[in-house]
Amino acid sequence: MENSLILSSSPHITGGNTTKRIMIDVVIALIPAIISGVYFYGLRILAVVITSVISCVLCEYISQKIMKRNITISDFSAVVTGVLLALNMPPAIPLWIVVIGGFLAIVLIKQLFGGIGQNFMNPALGARAILMISWAQHMTNWTNPANPDAISGATPLEALKKGAEVVEVIRPDYLELFLGYPVGSIGEASILALLIGGIYLLYRKVISPAIPVSFIGTVAILTFIFGGDRLFTGDFLYHILAGGLVLGAFFMATDYSTSPVTTKGRIIMGIGCGIITTIIRLYSNYPEGVSFAILLMNLLTPMIDRFTVPVSFGGETKNA
Amino acid sequence: MISLRVTKRTFKGGAAVSHEKRTADCETIKMGVPEKVIIPMLQHIGAPCKPLVKKGDYVKVGQLIGQSDKYVSAPIHSSVSGTVTNIISLVSSSGTYMEAVEIKTDGKQEVHESVKPPEYSSDAELLELIKQSGLVGLGGAGFPTHVKLSVPKDKKIDILIVNGAECEPYITSDYREILENSWNIVSGINILMDLLKVEKVLIGIEDNKPEAIKILSSIEATNDDKIDVVKLKTRYPQGAEKMLIYSMTGRKVPPGKLPMDVGVIVMNVSSVAFIAEYVKTGMPLIKKRVTVDGPAVNKPANVEVLIGTPLVDVFNFCGGLKDNVSKIIMGGPMMGVAQSSLNDPVLKNTNALLAFDAESAKLPPESACIRCGKCAEACPMNLLPLFLNQNALRENIEGLKKFHVMDCIECGSCSYVCPAKRRLVQSIRLGKALLRKSNS
Repeated sequence: MENSLILSSSPHITGGNTTKRIMIDVVIALIPAIISGVYFYGLRILAVVITSVISCVLCEYISQKIMKRNITISDFSAVVTGVLLALNMPPAIPLWIVVIGGFLAIVLIKQLFGGIGQNFMNPALGARAILMISWAQHMTNWTNPANPDAISGATPLEALKKGAEVVEVIRPDYLELFLGYPVGSIGEASILALLIGGIYLLYRKVISPAIPVSFIGTVAILTFIFGGDRLFTGDFLYHILAGGLVLGAFFMATDYSTSPVTTKGRIIMGIGCGIITTIIRLYSNYPEGVSFAILLMNLLTPMIDRFTVPVSFGGETKNA
Repeated sequence: MISLRVTKRTFKGGAAVSHEKRTADCETIKMGVPEKVIIPMLQHIGAPCKPLVKKGDYVKVGQLIGQSDKYVSAPIHSSVSGTVTNIISLVSSSGTYMEAVEIKTDGKQEVHESVKPPEYSSDAELLELIKQSGLVGLGGAGFPTHVKLSVPKDKKIDILIVNGAECEPYITSDYREILENSWNIVSGINILMDLLKVEKVLIGIEDNKPEAIKILSSIEATNDDKIDVVKLKTRYPQGAEKMLIYSMTGRKVPPGKLPMDVGVIVMNVSSVAFIAEYVKTGMPLIKKRVTVDGPAVNKPANVEVLIGTPLVDVFNFCGGLKDNVSKIIMGGPMMGVAQSSLNDPVLKNTNALLAFDAESAKLPPESACIRCGKCAEACPMNLLPLFLNQNALRENIEGLKKFHVMDCIECGSCSYVCPAKRRLVQSIRLGKALLRKSNS
């Protein structure tokens, strides 16, 4: 017995939280958004989500096998990427594009850069950006598969942008946007569903409020100031409720690997995302800017981390 | 009456560790004299003592058997009467060799002539007495008390904090001290108030120990208007010196500075009670209350143990160990030291002995850092353990400095909360060693 005593450095106990538990929480938080997708666009959405998840998990498994790494599919992080990727697709997206998306997210963006925690940009958003450039038509086809014969409308943000020129575009009202307005990416449909998931993540302390609050807050303030015909007349509520802002702020910008680790850094990230989103929405040809804003701030994350190293406890009084 | 104060202020971060205070209601039981004791010459932070006895010498209880001429050191006394059988070499918990006096006991427990109620007429004499008592910080650190109490002339102390937080899981020895020995704590406080000339004493206790708070706050004693019991939020590491000072006074000890730099001295409750006892009897530090617990212990208990008693005897006294014992820890599970042998002795600053079975000793495997930032949230020192871990593993000295490696108090909160089960504080210790090596 003497020789079998384990010698290790303290602490000798550990808490119950695990990477897997966190990832499962994120999946749980996304279930309302999936349900809203199915509600508005039909059962096809389930096929998109399942295809995306299987593609991501398989790509993770195969690439880790080839690279002779530990297989970590049981940590559920590839499942999270799969669900997020699906929620960022248009509802009528061909499934083969989803499969390619899973490959790009997991192999190109995640595993080739070292796997979980090492990727430099959000896998789902990075993949979406590449798909957007490669198959622009499919990626902006807002046909509702549940009602394919209807003429597909403009997304709420497109409606806002075109509003000046085209008279007949429909601009949904706030309540519609909040409860669910079925033109746009799958996950954007219902703000209510996203908020339920977001609040769950906050409650479970999976995410901190720093990024969602600073991101959405910045967009609100800037669109209020600059979004109208005159200063301080912008329709900021419409800007919050329309498009991918809530999805992005709660579920994409908070991705651990690609966001800063300190509260200060996270607030900088959120404000940066908010500024870029507003600039793209108001002054570029694109109606929506959330994903590009997040991707750009992803790239700045290592820099933000470098410049936000906190002062040690008591350090502020060091020379007092 | 000592008044009760509740403080809402608490340090930032920390971890909600499980309490496991199963022995809270276990009244201290006295363990008999073991067959032999092994008394190491280094049971404190500072210079090791030289043995004053040799093989064959007969020693008595309380007899001085080890001393050093260095200032930062504490004398060592025999806890038994018996014959010195050997001066052996022992590996200390820090991995260095130290001398130890092995004594075969005769069970008579004859008290040495030098042990008599001491008299003193000045602060300097009292300090010298405290030095001779062999007292070191009993909370776990083992810093010689007379050094801590020797305040330089240019430093003004206005608050004495008595640490009864006991934030580590399992340990209840200080809690039992408060319940069983509260009178000594208060008279110890009075002795220290005289010595330090402080006008305010704060006794800090976590709010998961309402009994202790009740007992202390109902005592009537001299100077009780200057003593407050402060109810603290239960959160690990509330009992860590810097965190405790902040929670109780709002003062922050700067990195690399001492509590006395912000006018505070922190003493453990059991140390304070010992001073009162010593001034009464003159019996130096030869015994210690130890919480014996853990999944592999048959009968968890609080035991009064003679210093130098081999661990195996203590565990046998507590009904023995279960067959699947895999880890023996001296101290708490968050900061305690794993022991290599059951023949190692109980030391002055041993406050708990824990035995873990195979299942509880097993830590889950490490996986990749997911950058969740939970370690940064948990760090009470406001460090970024994930980056310290990275730089320690890469042996990047500049990086370690950039992330303030030396400010880490090694409480282990980061490792505890890490969902990827990374050995964060463990690697930070390595990082500190690397930095020290590169500096020398």
